[in-house]
This record gives sequence, C-alpha cells and structure tokens, in this order.
Amino acid sequence: MAAYRNYLLVWLALLVLTGATVAISYFELGLWNAGAALFIASVKGTLVALYFMHLRYEVKLVLGFAVFPLFILALLIVGTLMDNLFR
Amino acid sequence: MSADAGNKHAGAPVSARLGIWAFLATELLLFGGLFTAYTVFRISYPDLFHLQHLKLNRILGASNTVILLTSSLSMALAIAAIRQGQRKLMEIGVATTLFCGACFLGIKYLEWSEDFARGLFPRSNLFFGLYFVMTGLHGLHVILGMAVMVWLLIKGRQGVFSGDYNTPVEITGLYWHFVDIIWIYLFPLFYLVG
Repeated sequence: MAAYRNYLLVWLALLVLTGATVAISYFELGLWNAGAALFIASVKGTLVALYFMHLRYEVKLVLGFAVFPLFILALLIVGTLMDNLFR
Repeated sequence: MSADAGNKHAGAPVSARLGIWAFLATELLLFGGLFTAYTVFRISYPDLFHLQHLKLNRILGASNTVILLTSSLSMALAIAAIRQGQRKLMEIGVATTLFCGACFLGIKYLEWSEDFARGLFPRSNLFFGLYFVMTGLHGLHVILGMAVMVWLLIKGRQGVFSGDYNTPVEITGLYWHFVDIIWIYLFPLFYLVG
C-alpha cells in the first residue's frame, strides 16, 4: 500500500509541475521561458525515472546503463552547437 | 516506496533490466539526433520558431501531457500490483494505460487534422517539419507500446503473470515510462517555448 501511495504523490507532483510550466509560458520572460520550461521538464523526467522506473532502487550496473547515454546525448548536442555557433 | 526497496529482486532479473535500459539508450540517441536538430534550428531561427509555435493548441498539448502522466501512473500501479500477486488489479492498470494511450492518439489525430486543414504540413517550414517528425515518431512509439500492452492483457488473461514471474510487465512499463519522458520534453519545446 505504501508503494501505491507514493506513486500517487509522484503523479500529483507531476501534474502540479505541468500546470506550473503551462502557467509560466503565458508570461513573456525572454530566454527565461525556455530555461524554466527545460528545468521543469527535467525535474518531471527525473521524478518519472527515479520512482516510476525504479531507478532510485536500481543496482549500480543498471544505473550506469541508464545514466551514461545522457552524457553521449550531451556530447552530441554540445559538439554540434560548437560547430554551429563558432564556425 | 519501502515495499519496492524490500523486494528489489522480486521483480525482473537484472539481465532483463539491463537489456531494456540498453535498448532505451539507443532510443534516447534516436530521439537525441532530432533534439539536436531542434536545438540547432531553434538557435538559428528564433523568430520563425516563436511565430510558428503560436499556431499549436497549448490546451490540447497540456491535456495530452496529463493523459500520458496518468498512463504512467496506472502502469506503475499495475507493476506494484502484480508484484504482490494481484492479477485483477494489474489487468485494470494495464487496461487503463491502454485507454490513456488511445486518448492520447485521438487528441493527436484531432491536432494533426486541424493542422492539415489550415495548410500546415511537414514541408511548410522548419518548425512544422520537426514538429511532425518528432511527434510522429513519438506517436509510433505509443502505438508500439499499446500493441505490447494488448499482448500483456492476453497473457494476463491466461494467468501467465504472478508475484513470482512478472518480467514482461515491468519491462513494458520501463519502455512506456521512457516514451512518457520523451513527451515531457516534446510538450514544452513545441507548445510552450517554440
């Protein structure tokens, strides 16, 4: 039962964050709009990964397999931007 | 969540979890290429993106976000249920997830129909090109996940899953949550900050 209740709490947090990101989008904050939206999306994604995908209780090996691709993705985006911005 | 911590090994074996996470790594980089394209074009043409993103329906996009988050909840509950051997509860969870997936695709269909009716196609401009390709690829993933869930329900009916054996349910859940996370990023990038 404790597990069920925690999943419900995570879901409620995700709904609140969705409401917040939609509300923020109605204000003109320039660059901060994108920053806030990406930050909130990352918090939501982390919540889903940690609780719904059980990463919080995962063994180290699997955790490594889950986190490492994020570095590759960062490399891909940053590398491409370096070329694009400073060419 | 202590129940989860207690029977960490009561679910899928490590090999199965490792396998699906390796697959999700390739999926992340499949979408990652498109996210990179989005970032580059967004920085190169900020005015185009701002103007075009106003043409998307924010309310429908937000509704779809809520629907997918709810489907993730019902999937997580289904896994918690079958771990305790509660088959009926698992079936209700998976069926709810399936229903939410169908609602998501229904809303997506309405949105795309409206876009087409207003003359917005993938070739219209860079923004809509990325929008259709990325939400389309995501939609294909939703359809695939729903197909696997139909299979889960059939197997569940046959009484295959129990507290001791529920690997396919957990693995499908991990895939479904990943598809949810992709949408968590697609929604603000296209509907909110364009």
